[in-house]
Amino acid sequence: MSNKVKIKAENINFFYGKSCALKNISMDIYENLVTAIIGPSGCGKSTFIRLFNRMNDLIPRMRFEGKICLDGEDIYRPKVDIADIRRRVGMVFQKPNPFPKSIFDNISYGLKVNGMKDKNAIEERVLKSLEDAAIWNEVKDRLHENALGLSGGQQQRLCIARCLAVEPEVILFDEPAASLDPISTKKIEELIEELRKDYTIVIVTHNMQQAARISQYTVFLYLGELIEYAPTDELFTVPKNKMTEDYLTGKFG
Amino acid sequence: MHRIRERIYKVLFTLLAFASLLFLVGITVTLFIEGLPVFKEVGFFDFVLGKSWYPTYEPPDFGILPLILGSLWVTAGAVLFCVPIGVGSALFINELAGKRLKAVLKPIIEILAGIPSIVYGFFGIVVIAPFIQRLLNLPVGLTAFTGSLMLGIMATPTVCSISEDALSFVPRSFREASLAVGANRWQTLTRVVFPASASGISTSIILGMSRAVGETMTVLMVTGGAAVIPHTLFQPVRPMTSTIAAEMGEAVMGSTHYHSLFAIGLILFFIILVFNVIAELITRRFRKKLGLGR
Repeated sequence: MSNKVKIKAENINFFYGKSCALKNISMDIYENLVTAIIGPSGCGKSTFIRLFNRMNDLIPRMRFEGKICLDGEDIYRPKVDIADIRRRVGMVFQKPNPFPKSIFDNISYGLKVNGMKDKNAIEERVLKSLEDAAIWNEVKDRLHENALGLSGGQQQRLCIARCLAVEPEVILFDEPAASLDPISTKKIEELIEELRKDYTIVIVTHNMQQAARISQYTVFLYLGELIEYAPTDELFTVPKNKMTEDYLTGKFG
Repeated sequence: MHRIRERIYKVLFTLLAFASLLFLVGITVTLFIEGLPVFKEVGFFDFVLGKSWYPTYEPPDFGILPLILGSLWVTAGAVLFCVPIGVGSALFINELAGKRLKAVLKPIIEILAGIPSIVYGFFGIVVIAPFIQRLLNLPVGLTAFTGSLMLGIMATPTVCSISEDALSFVPRSFREASLAVGANRWQTLTRVVFPASASGISTSIILGMSRAVGETMTVLMVTGGAAVIPHTLFQPVRPMTSTIAAEMGEAVMGSTHYHSLFAIGLILFFIILVFNVIAELITRRFRKKLGLGR
């Protein structure tokens, strides 16, 4: 696989107050592939993924060291436009979090805050995003109803559509199926497989089977350290590290 | 022995729990019994819409429109003060202030609610009224506006603290979702957080208003007490509450004047009841909207 490097993380350390959550992590994320981050709870998976769109900026008393480059540009350099980074690196959260607005307004929100005014263009993009997120058929007759009336799985696909609408380059999924039933989970997985063609995808999951099913690369984190990073089929079949093997075979976790 | 004691406790606490209900029923019944005769003696519409209030003249006039308007003007004016200050400080505390500043500011604003109303009235007479008189070059400083200002300050803690609760009820995930699509802090606040908490904020305003409508001592002291229909905020007025407080002592028991004071109380009671019911309804809708259940 000779894909281009989309995101390059170099020597990352991350602290909450005084406790160190991530220790000296370096890795490359490749374009148009799905990279899965696995590891037991509390190992720093979510903290790690939230560095890529600067979501951790919201945490008081956090400290970040190291460098993360998106297409070669350091996203933590001073005076960087954070909103622009977040536009380019979209995120889907663990719990579906649609706004208490209509389905249409949920999607158009990102377009409007980014200065899009032309009504027809907005409408076109909303429809396209809903189609791309494979939810169009379920919501086309109720675009102006409150999004909170949708089921959990539908809400999550709506959130994916909201993310797609601003045309990001990378999509971060933070355990997107953790609160969903198996059927909804399957739909999300199929969708991710489809989205990979146009986007670079990073997904945090505590579900190893899910990582094996949908990703091309997998990284195993344990207690804030990167233990192993390899193509998914290698990592799951012939792990090089004893700890990875123990985790995959269920000896701890 | 044990079981008897348990029973006694049970009965005792049940009685205590119902005591407040008892008072509510008692007050309501008294207001009705003492207030209703007026509607027969004067006539409901002549009483509520009558333009002059001269209860001790011969023949007397029992029209409380000037008093109702006095209350409404003062309350409306109070809203002009307490909404910007209260909602503004709630936004500041919730969105901008750090943890430490928040820990200092919130209690300070709540202290405002603990100051006795007589102190507000005193402060109003001695400091605010002369200041307003000089500033606006008015014949007297004791006006509806003075009352509005004082009531506005008094209602600010109610508005601020309930608005702040409403803002902090907005789940963090909404903010994150907004920021994640590239919205800035201001857009997140105005387009997501504020609409999501709008009904909570309106509840705070209505409760602030019912606080202002029912306030007695301060308005009695600073609004001038003239029972005339006000045309501007800068005239003396006589709100419903201060009328009752000022005249109850001199009204002959059982007279029409006496009954009419109770009837004013009854109307006041209904106005505040309506405010509170509206506030409760809005709160319920708010919880449902944010998916917090009942």
